[in-house]
Parts: sequence; structure tokens; C-alpha cells
Amino acid sequence: MSVSLLAAIGGLTTVGLYLITARSLSRIILGFSLLGHAAVLGLLTAGGPPGDAPIANQTNPLATSNPLPQALALTAIVISFGLTLYLLALARRQQVLTGNDLVEDDLEDHRIALTEDELDIHADLDRSGWNAPVADESESAS
Amino acid sequence: MTFLISTTIIAPLLGAAFGLLLRQNPRARDVLTILSLVAATAASFGILFDVNDNGTTALGVGGWSPELGIVLVADLFAALVLPVALSIILVVEVFATGQRRTAWGANPELAGPLLGVLTAGVSLAILTGDLFTLFVAFELILVSSYVLLTHQGQRDQIQAGMTYVVMNLFASTLFLLGVAYVYAATGTINLALLAERIPELDRGVRLGIGAWFFVVFGTKAAVFPLFSWLPDSYPTAPTTITAVFAGLLTKIGIYAMIRFHTLTGMDELGTVMLIIAGITMVIGALGALAQNDVKRILSFHVISQIGYMLMGLGLFSAAGTTGAILFLIHHMPVKTVLFLVGGLIENQEGTSSLDRSGGLAARKPLIAAFFAIPALSLAGLPPFSGFVAKFAVISAGIDENETAIVVVALVAGALTLLSMTKIWLGVFWGRDNDTAEPVPTAQNNRRLMFSATGIAVAGTLTISVFAGTLFDLSERAASDLRDPQRYISEVQQ
Repeated sequence: MSVSLLAAIGGLTTVGLYLITARSLSRIILGFSLLGHAAVLGLLTAGGPPGDAPIANQTNPLATSNPLPQALALTAIVISFGLTLYLLALARRQQVLTGNDLVEDDLEDHRIALTEDELDIHADLDRSGWNAPVADESESAS
Repeated sequence: MTFLISTTIIAPLLGAAFGLLLRQNPRARDVLTILSLVAATAASFGILFDVNDNGTTALGVGGWSPELGIVLVADLFAALVLPVALSIILVVEVFATGQRRTAWGANPELAGPLLGVLTAGVSLAILTGDLFTLFVAFELILVSSYVLLTHQGQRDQIQAGMTYVVMNLFASTLFLLGVAYVYAATGTINLALLAERIPELDRGVRLGIGAWFFVVFGTKAAVFPLFSWLPDSYPTAPTTITAVFAGLLTKIGIYAMIRFHTLTGMDELGTVMLIIAGITMVIGALGALAQNDVKRILSFHVISQIGYMLMGLGLFSAAGTTGAILFLIHHMPVKTVLFLVGGLIENQEGTSSLDRSGGLAARKPLIAAFFAIPALSLAGLPPFSGFVAKFAVISAGIDENETAIVVVALVAGALTLLSMTKIWLGVFWGRDNDTAEPVPTAQNNRRLMFSATGIAVAGTLTISVFAGTLFDLSERAASDLRDPQRYISEVQQ
């Protein structure tokens, strides 16, 4: 197992982990891309020492590198490719809806964290129509 | 026999593919989706009867040797869980066909086919015999669930969907790294070979692998402290989708954990699992008490109940594993029914908030009855299925002299009952103090929703009627899991 590969996996994991702790979804997407690369490199190192390209009937099977982890890595790359696209679409949708792509706090958590007094104030406001829920204008299911 | 195994995966996938092509013809699409699910469900019952008579069957896909290729294995554990899971999806799809023509339903062009993809993923995850195919199956389930959760593109769905996707994607990445780790340590990812090779590893490496996959499957199963994504995201989706998620997704995580950790003999992680199980139960039950919305209370119950299954697994005794399997089988339909009833409430009241609804028992006694049966079952009251399952887990705990976890489990059970009472008081008793209008629903669609819920309630009652048979089957499944020799020899043939 080569030290340079290990260093690359470590570096990618560190930067990736740092990025996915961000609030902005575009940074999180970059973080997941890097983490995905780290995982794929991990699969490659798991396959043992490097060798010739494992092509059937072309190379000596004893001199080739282990093809199984490469097949796994290929599948993993395809999956992470699709997921990155999905995340980008999600970030775009969030930007259209709110003007940014931040991962927001859960509103219900805020409500539960309120004290009894604060809840009373909210209830008064509700009664006076101050807090009247804004009609949901976003399109419903087509 | 082996064609039954492939049918459970291929039929829903084909249904999904042709369902997407039939966008212009809703009736044909709905019929096709339901037919493909019926085929898969029928095949899964066939597998159950066959495995019950003839024992574990393995199918080497493409005829490769088990070290290289994909193996699908139907042992008794898989054969027990599969029919329950697929029947749930079928019932929910019938409910959804009624609901989705109303404004609260999911987009019918996408929801049906995506549910088919999710079904294929569930079958694959349950039947797979190697770790990487399990990863692919999880991705299949998750990708369809991401889209099901966010496809309506409303603000709260996107917001909750982000938390859900990020948490699960992180767990998937850890899964992939874990696969690399296991391959480096043992040179295989086939579960049967791992069952032989992992116990021979150094203690440190072995426990490292066990703990790593505990975190991976624990995130999918929403155990403490990895559950935060669940109560945020589940309530925002249309009810039918939440019902499938709550009934199945976390349970697939716990299923994978039971299979992996018993096959590879991770008994030493038992204490850690028991501690986490206890915290999960109590946090879930307390969280449910604090909520003020039917769907959110039910979402927190999902977390709490995962604790019981983890407790059964963490005992690492034959009785404990039996209890965990029994709990799994009981919990999936009960939870789904509760969410379906939540959908009926929402349809009737125009809201699922406790403050804004009330007095439903007088106006719609049938909904009240549909709610009461699974609610009492979930709280673990006799004679319902929850009592049998909870009794099995707790008596296994007493056998192992784990008094602390038994006390915690009983307290959490009482708290669950309390929060069910809260729903009952808020929704079914009292006066209707709300101006929200019922969601307009055509008569035959409503009939479809009610009959689907009725069938599901009847299904949960059937589980308590056949509790004895199911207990015996779970016991045999547990002993097969704990003594993996039969699994190994069947796969290596």
C-alpha cells in the first residue's frame, strides 16, 4: 500500500469533512465529491498491489491488479455522479425558493424550545390575527 | 424457486420502467404498478413457504463463484421480513391511488414508478448476500426516497429534504469506506465468507469493523445520536410516502445490522448497543411527548421503537435475536397503519396539528377505531401484536440479567402510551375548534383509502392471531442467524 495514496485519502477526507460541515449546500456538494473520491481511492488500495490492467485474454492474470475493487469503484463513481446532480438540483431549487442555498433550522424545533411565556405571547398574537399563517401559494401537486 | 427470488426484484423494476412510459394513461399506469407489486408480494410469500419447508436457498446471479459475483440468499430471516415489507408497500400503493388524486397527494406520474424502484431496493437489501450489493440496494432505496420526499418542490420539503439527503449521503460514504476497509482486511465482501473470516481477525480490527458498520446502519436506522434527520423530514412528505418511509426505511437499517452483526459474531459490542438502545428508546418517547402534530409524534415513535429492536440485537442471545425479529415484523405494519390513519385524519380535518383538530371520534368513529388498534399495539398492550413483540424482547432481557435496560424499556413503553393519549385527546376527543376544511375527495377515492387502511389494520390483527407461529419462525430464524453454518454452506455450493 503506497504512502502517497494514503496521504491522498487522508487529505481528501479532511477537506471533504470540513466542507460538509458548512451551511451552504454548494459547499456540502463539493465536500461529498471529495469524500466520494476518498472512498473510491480507499477501494483501490484495498485491492492490493498495483499491476497490469486486468483485461481478459490480453494480460497475464498473475501480473494484473485485482479487478474486483475496480468494478466496485466504478459502480460507486456512477452512483456518486448521479447523486451530485440531484444535490445540485436541490440546491438550485432552494435558491429559487429562498434566494440562497443554506440548510435551515427546523421551525418546529424552535417552537418547542420556546418557554411558556413566549408561547403565550405567540398565542395572543395568533388570536389578534397578527401571526395569521400566510396562505401557502407554492404550487400543490399537479 | 430461484425465479421467485428474482421476481421480487425484477417485477417492481419493470413496473416502474413501464409506469414511467405510461405517463399519459393514468389508469393503465396505476394498474400496472399495483400488478407488479402484487407479483413481487406473491413471490415473496412463495419464498417464505419454500424456505420454511426446504431451508435456505441461494441464487448466484450470472453463475459466478460467490467470491466474485452477486449472491442472493433467502434464509428464514429474509423470507420472514420480505413478505411483510412488500405487503406494506402494496397496501400503501392502493391507499395512494385513492389519495393522490387529491391536492394532498404526491405527483402520480412519479410516485408510483418511484415506489416500484424503492420496492426493488427493499427486496435487494433483504435478499442480498454481499456487502457491496447491500450498498447498492441502500442507494436504490435512498435515491428513490430522496426524490419522493422532494419532488413536489415545496419549501418545507426542500428544507427537510436537505437534512435527510446530507445525513444519508454521509452514511453512504462511510458505508463505501467500510466496504474498502472490510475488503482490505479479509479479501472478500461476501457475507457468508465474512462470517468465516471476520471472527479470525485481530480483536481490534474485528471490533473496528463492527463499530464502523454499527454507525453506518445506525444512521439509516436513526438510533441515538444519529436520528436528527428523521423527525424533520418525515412529516413534510405526503402521507403515503411517509407511511412507507416510517414502516420500512429505518427497519431496513436495523435488518442489515441484525444480519451483519450476528453473522460476524460481534457479541462484544453488545453492551454499547444496549446503552445506545436505552437512550434511543427514552429520547424517542420524550421527543414524541413534546410534539404537537400527529405526524411528528408518530415520527418520534419510530425512533423510540428502533431502540427495542436494537435492545433485542444487543443482548446477543437466541431469545434476544428472536425478540428483535418478532419486533421488526410487528412494527413495520403497525407503524405504516398509524401513518395511513394520520393521512385519513389530515384528509378529514385539513390539518394534522393537535391544536387545530378535535372531536373526530364522534364524527368519524371508524377513523378512531383504525387509530386505536395500532396505537394500543404500538404501546405494547395485550392482546395486540406489540405486546407479544415487547414481551419477547423484555423477557429476553430478564433472562440475560440486564435489569437496567429492561426498566428503561418499560418506562419508555409507558411514555409511548402517554403520547398516544395525547393524540387521542387532541384529535378524537374534545370539540372541533378549527375552521380548516376537509380536503375534497371523491367518494370512490375515499373508499379506496378506507379499505386500504382497513386491510392494513386487519393485517396487524392477523399478526397477533398468528403470534405463536411467528414466534416459532422467528426463533428458528434467530438460531439460523446465530449459527451461520447452514448459510455459509448453502452459499458456497
